[in-house]
Formats: sequence, structure tokens, C-alpha cells
Amino acid sequence: MRLLESPDQIAPLPPVGPGLIDAIQRSGLAGRGGAGFPTAVKWRAVAQRSRGDAVIVVNGAEGEPQSKKDRVLMGARPHLVLDGAFIAARVLRARRIVLYIGERHTAARDSMLRALAQRTEPERGLVSVAAAPPRYVAGAEAAAVHLINDGVATPTNVPPYPFERGVDGAPTLVQNVETLAHVAVLARTGAIPGTMLLTLAGGVSRAGVVEVETGTTVADAVARAGGPSDLPRGVLVGGYFGRWMKVEDALPLRLTPEAGIGCGVIGILPTSRCPVCETAAIMRYLAGESSAQCGPCFFGLRALADACTRIASQGSNAADLARLQRWSAEVRGRGACKHPDGAVIFLSSALTVFAGDFEHHQSHDVRRTA
Amino acid sequence: MSTEHHLVVDRIKCDGRGLCAELLPELIRLDDWGYPILRPGPVPEHLLPLVQRAVEDCPVLAIALRRSERRE
Ligand code: SF4
Repeated sequence: MRLLESPDQIAPLPPVGPGLIDAIQRSGLAGRGGAGFPTAVKWRAVAQRSRGDAVIVVNGAEGEPQSKKDRVLMGARPHLVLDGAFIAARVLRARRIVLYIGERHTAARDSMLRALAQRTEPERGLVSVAAAPPRYVAGAEAAAVHLINDGVATPTNVPPYPFERGVDGAPTLVQNVETLAHVAVLARTGAIPGTMLLTLAGGVSRAGVVEVETGTTVADAVARAGGPSDLPRGVLVGGYFGRWMKVEDALPLRLTPEAGIGCGVIGILPTSRCPVCETAAIMRYLAGESSAQCGPCFFGLRALADACTRIASQGSNAADLARLQRWSAEVRGRGACKHPDGAVIFLSSALTVFAGDFEHHQSHDVRRTA
Repeated sequence: MSTEHHLVVDRIKCDGRGLCAELLPELIRLDDWGYPILRPGPVPEHLLPLVQRAVEDCPVLAIALRRSERRE
């Protein structure tokens, strides 16, 4: 059974117990929200602490600007996602489920609410809904918990981790919607679907969401989206928290949980776009998405974005290139959450893959008027 | 078993006053925006009293000393 191309139906939930966690472990399922954390480890951490008071947060925040797959899944298979949530609630002995859905993802939310209205009362009674603000960090686990508890979607210091003290102070599982759908298929059929949802973005003929077999190459995934629309210049694997790759390295890459593909965004940069300007724009976005709680993240990402922008708009210079290297190393690991780390990993990949472009970049305005 | 001490900074509380780096230049330097960068690794035994002082003197109480047991 695949995730997207099967009919979405209500059927009685299969009998599940703690044995499901072993089955999840054997399946090797890893979180599909971006971090790729082993699902069984997360479930076990909550199971060990739950006294019938655990909370399940169904994470459909999808704050990554290029990603669409969670929205598409909630729109097409809301019952499958709900199944995953109810199964989690049984296995982890939860008394509350929160659907945490991006506030701009209205079609997805409506689809989930319609499906919920079709479920039976004892199930429905467990569920409440919270709107995730359209911010990059809102999808982070600690931010989700913070929003549900206090109405503020900023990350908090960890520990305590959500599995220790999350929503209402209870052990909490925060799980991406696609991951929950995989669990639902596993519980129903005895096997995970063996597929993954990807969002193809940028220079492809048909940008959008595709479901591919695990192990498919990036080249085949791009072909599923109609192929490149223009000669590709680089590939951004994993979205804004991912990494740039050279086309020749990216195309043969096999898409597996171990491949580090984050939330499953594959962005193709066409030759008509400038990698330096593109990187600078994404860095400005990520700097603006700092929740401004931690100095190194707030000031550091802003300074990095400014240096990138100077190179992009005025041309390359040695001082800014050196600053980018030094600040990237210094900022890493110095936020309460992983936001700065994601941003500098992304930037470092740009500085490596497009090293020549960063070194020799000239202002496009100058070139045009020269 | 031996005891190790590690400095930790609460990145949300810290607002870059910089007092810690003045007291403990051996372990802490400041980045270009005035926020502390810690030297990696455990705190050397002989610096513990100074570290204690830095922990107590931080105006926003953003630094702490964590003890951990280490198996050898
Ligand atoms: S590291 Fe950045 S995004 Fe994360 S909590 Fe601190 S300021 Fe907010």
C-alpha cells in the first residue's frame, strides 16, 4: 500500500500494542519531518514515561517554504494520518492528540477536520487543533510544544525534551504527518510502504510532490517531475536546511533515510540562475526566521546574510569570504535550537559547491551596464 | 569514575554582557557580537573557583557548571 495512490478510507483500527514499537524498529522507519530521527527510539522514550497521560502532536506545520508534501498528504489521505495518530495514542497510552497544522495550509486543515468529523466520538474527543504560525522554526518539536502550552511558537531550551516534559508537562510525541502515515500502513499491512514523499522544486518541468520507492535516485525522481526545465546548475537536497550538491554528485544519489535528505525537498537550480544570489536570498530568509532569542543566531545569521548579499550585489571580496568561513564555524552549535546549525550547514555547502562562483562573483548590474 | 565539570550557557538568557569572558579569558572568548564562545572540553580543576565566581556574577545568570561522572 502506497501513501498517496491508495483510496483514503475509514476502517477499524488494527489491534496494536507495545509490539508495534518493535515492528517500527525492525522497519528502520526514520522521521520524515527533516531531522530523520529513528521513530522507534522516539516512541520508546514516550512509552517508558507515559502513565496514560502522554500527548501526541501531529506535526503538519510544514514551515519549510519549498516543501509541499505534508500538505498534499493531509489533503489526500487525512484518514491515514489520523490512523497513525490514533495508533500512536493507543500504543503510547495517550489521553490527548493535537493536530498542529500550518495556519496558511487551509486546504490541508479543512481536509483533516472533515476526516476527523467522520470518526467516532471516543476518538474525536481526544483531538484538538492548533495553528502553527508560518515561521520556519514553528515546526521544531520544542516550538510546537511551546505554542500549544503558551501560545508562543519559539523554541525553548532542551532538556527537558518533549518526550520528558512536553504538552501539559506530560511525555509528548511530536511526529511528522508523513511518518505517522507510514506507521499506519505498517500497523495495517505488517510492512511500511517502502516509499517516500518528495517535493520537486525549481527548475523542473512539473514542480510538485511525488511518491518514490526508497532507494530511487535523484535523477529518477527528477524524471518523475518531467525532467529538468533547463540545464541544471546545482541541486539543493533537503530544502533550506539541506545542502547544495554538484549536479553530477546529486543525480546518482539514492534517496534513503540515511542519505540526509531532510524533509525531502529536491530543488533544481537552472543555469539561468546565479547560485551566489540564490544562496544570499536563502540566507536572508533564514536570518529573518531566527526567533531572535539567542545572540549568536540573531546577530550571526544576520551578519552572514549581509556578507552574502554584499558579495551578491557588489561582487566578491576576500574580506567577506573570510568572514563567511569564520562566522559559519563560530555560530554553529550556539543556539538553543538547531536553526543556526541548519543555516550554516546550508551555507557551507554553497561555499564548497559554488566555490568558484563565490570567489569570482561580479555584480550583475555592473556586468549589464559594462 | 572521575568527576568532570563542563560550562554551559543558556543561549536564550545570555544577552552578551561579556563579564564571563573578562573573568575567564582562559575558557571564554567573545564573538564579534559580544556573545561567549566556550573552549571545548571539561573545565580544568584549577579554574573551578574562578568559574564558580563567573557563574555567580553573570548579571542574567546565564552560565552554569554541570557536573558529570566519567567512567575511565
Ligand atoms: S537558535 Fe535561533 S531560532 Fe533557535 S531558539 Fe535561538 S534564536 Fe530562536
